[in-house]
Amino acid sequence: MSHVRIRGLSKSFGEVAAVRELNLDIEPGELLAVLGPSGCGKTTLLRTIAGFEQPEAGCVVVSDEVVAGPGRMVPPEKRRVGMVFQDYALFPHLSVEGNVAFGLFTREREEREGLTRRTLELVGLQHKASCPVHELSGGERQRVALARALAPEPELVLLDEPFSNLDATLRAGLRREVELILRDAEATALLVTHDQEEALSLADRLAVMRDGQIVQVGPPVEVYGSPATRWAAQFVGEVNVLSGVARGDGVETELGVFDLRAPASGSVQVAVRPEQLELRARRPTDGSDAGNAEVIDREFRGHDVLYRLRHEGGKTLLVQLPSLELHDVGETVFVRPASSASVTPLAD
Amino acid sequence: MGLRATIACALLVAGPLVGLPLSFVFAPDALDQFTGFLPEAVSATAALLLGVGLGTLVLGTSLAALVSFFEFPGRRWIEWALVLPLAMPGYVFTLFALGLDLPGIRSTLGAIGVFTLVLYPYVYLLARAAFLSQSRTLLEAARGLGLSRGRAILRVGLPMARPAIFGGVALALMEALADFGTVNLLGVRTFTDAIYRVWFNAFDRDAAMQLATLLVSVTLTLLALERLARGRARHAQLAARGEAVRAVRLRGLAAAAAALVPLALVAGVVLAPLAQLGAWSVESIRDGLLPVDFGPAVRNSLLLAGMSAVLVPVVALLLAYGARASRSKAAAGAARTATIGYGLPGSVVAVAVIVPLGWIERRIDGVAGTGLLLTGTVIGLFYAYLVRFLALAWGSIEASLLRIPRQLDEAARGLGADRLDVLARVHVPLLRSGLATAALLVFVEVMKELPATLLLRPLGGDTLAIAVWQATTESLFETAALPALMIVLVGLLPVALMIRLSGRGGASEVEASPVAPAAVDEPELVPA
Repeated sequence: MSHVRIRGLSKSFGEVAAVRELNLDIEPGELLAVLGPSGCGKTTLLRTIAGFEQPEAGCVVVSDEVVAGPGRMVPPEKRRVGMVFQDYALFPHLSVEGNVAFGLFTREREEREGLTRRTLELVGLQHKASCPVHELSGGERQRVALARALAPEPELVLLDEPFSNLDATLRAGLRREVELILRDAEATALLVTHDQEEALSLADRLAVMRDGQIVQVGPPVEVYGSPATRWAAQFVGEVNVLSGVARGDGVETELGVFDLRAPASGSVQVAVRPEQLELRARRPTDGSDAGNAEVIDREFRGHDVLYRLRHEGGKTLLVQLPSLELHDVGETVFVRPASSASVTPLAD
Repeated sequence: MGLRATIACALLVAGPLVGLPLSFVFAPDALDQFTGFLPEAVSATAALLLGVGLGTLVLGTSLAALVSFFEFPGRRWIEWALVLPLAMPGYVFTLFALGLDLPGIRSTLGAIGVFTLVLYPYVYLLARAAFLSQSRTLLEAARGLGLSRGRAILRVGLPMARPAIFGGVALALMEALADFGTVNLLGVRTFTDAIYRVWFNAFDRDAAMQLATLLVSVTLTLLALERLARGRARHAQLAARGEAVRAVRLRGLAAAAAALVPLALVAGVVLAPLAQLGAWSVESIRDGLLPVDFGPAVRNSLLLAGMSAVLVPVVALLLAYGARASRSKAAAGAARTATIGYGLPGSVVAVAVIVPLGWIERRIDGVAGTGLLLTGTVIGLFYAYLVRFLALAWGSIEASLLRIPRQLDEAARGLGADRLDVLARVHVPLLRSGLATAALLVFVEVMKELPATLLLRPLGGDTLAIAVWQATTESLFETAALPALMIVLVGLLPVALMIRLSGRGGASEVEASPVAPAAVDEPELVPA
């Protein structure tokens, strides 16, 4: 088990700064997901850790060895960092077994065969060992790519958008499968993606990246529930940003009072997720018929429904509810905080 | 490592050529004593280029249009049979024509005829590829606007294929310029012939270098035109989308003519000479008329061709791989420079390499007393072949290399392979067919090569090509027949390979691989 420390890492291409003074720690055995939009520099970060790009400043330390830093650049083949490429990059001239054994060429024959067989069993492809790779399905190719990266028992496995080439129907199942394989192998892994659902469901910890820097790191629940900035809130899921006045344990907004996770005071902005709001057809306390919002759009998703409302204050609100009870477009409704909704003030 | 290796290769190949014009500085008056040569060479070469250009343009384009736009019995066979003349070196066809004593063959017009018949496939192949890539909708749009089918082809199909056709003509002209055997045997006094006479009869190297410089400038102009045309052809093909042109079925007399005319052409250019050479060969064996040193010639040809087929692709691989590994513009430029020898006449290359080699040889001789270590041995000849044919090998290797996504390199590096491991364990296996093609092409070209071999061969180093030429100059056609037959039969190999590859839709093992070209997540951040 190994840990990775990245300090002050910078890399630019001409005028464009892809990674700017970035700091990040990866703890032993964890699965860390870096989530960011296209062009935020996450692939460059990955390639710099792997040794395909040389940083201009900062350092990368893998298990106490500086692999990139001032005056030091360990070539990729000496880093013990495995990589799973977006397009898998399987060697077309080799069989499944040949691909998996590729990185074991310095080992003794017995060890090589043992590791290859065990890794193939780990990904459940032992029956396809001698298959040429072009006969495999997309999901199988991905598992070969993963096995190939894991076989040499690297200090760190990097995964570059590993699910982007797969059908939506395959994706969810494979996500779980890959997660289990990585945990079985007790690998330390860094996964890069622009898909928030993928990052939230897979990772032990989530790092949100923007313009070459990490804006927030934490467990998925925390990053989703207490986004640090408005941008992070909007990037990781859908959100309503409300202004309010914090008084100790609660914050008073135009929709009512929300619990605060940590005491605060003064005027703040809070991120309220669509599922943290509730709708009522009638105002529950005084019995008046008039609602304070109008349903302007309804997106039916099967297990739940996303409503778009126009609030009496003029604001557009997103509300997500189970699809047990439906409201029609044009209906007036009353919006209020869900009972357990607690929020955190945004930093900006 | 990559950049330095690439630049070294480029210097090795392009260096001697760059040195050619220096002869004007060191011996400005060298050409003065050959006053008659230059005007004669200029006018003969110009007439030849004009005639061959027109001839291949008309013949190649019309045959390509015939097989692309029309359907007739045997079209699928004829389509490929029309490529066969590529295997027929000009001097072998000339031997056949001289042996039959065709009237008027010993003239510029005769040479134009020979070149048109053996070089039209360049135009034919490129024009056909362009026609087939044209979209049906464009021709149908022209029909919808009131043009007849014939007029639609003339006014839409031909203009769209124009860059490809001109590219093919430029290639055919470069071949005609590079030829020595045909013009020499037919008594047409072009540049290559003048270089040979100045070199061998007058022993004036400076004058030969100056003539070579002039010839190079014409060749480089053609090369530039060809590359320009190729760039345009790519645009034209990008514009073409949708289904391919549907051929119209010919009937009756038209169909018979469409099948018989190309067949007669191939019979006349390939089958008849082969039959005649075969008959003469039998006679020569029966009557003991084989070339005096036939055995050594066969051995020399096989050795030279075989060793070049290893040496040249290896250098080409280093060149292409170095450029890929270093990823720099300088390396890409160096690789382009190194391929400049492509299409350069063998006589020019011979003249260009002999001077630096001679200089080095004298230095070594001064120290070690080794004598004519380089120019008097096959080393000089190999060097000339390298300069002349590097581009040929590089082209087929580079094409295969481009189809290997860079991510494979990175995947291998990440798995602990260093650059040499990547070359040996990933690239070479994937490049196998490209390397084999390169080796085959070089082998055949060296077998056919005449002028450089003639100028640089060591004593007793005659090859089959030289034996053919020698015997033909002395009108000993039976004697020339067997070596000529062997050259043509070997020359059929790459043509057969090309036909087979095209039959498979040009698919290679890499193309059929599951690896998609690298799709980059953040294109704006990746340096160009």
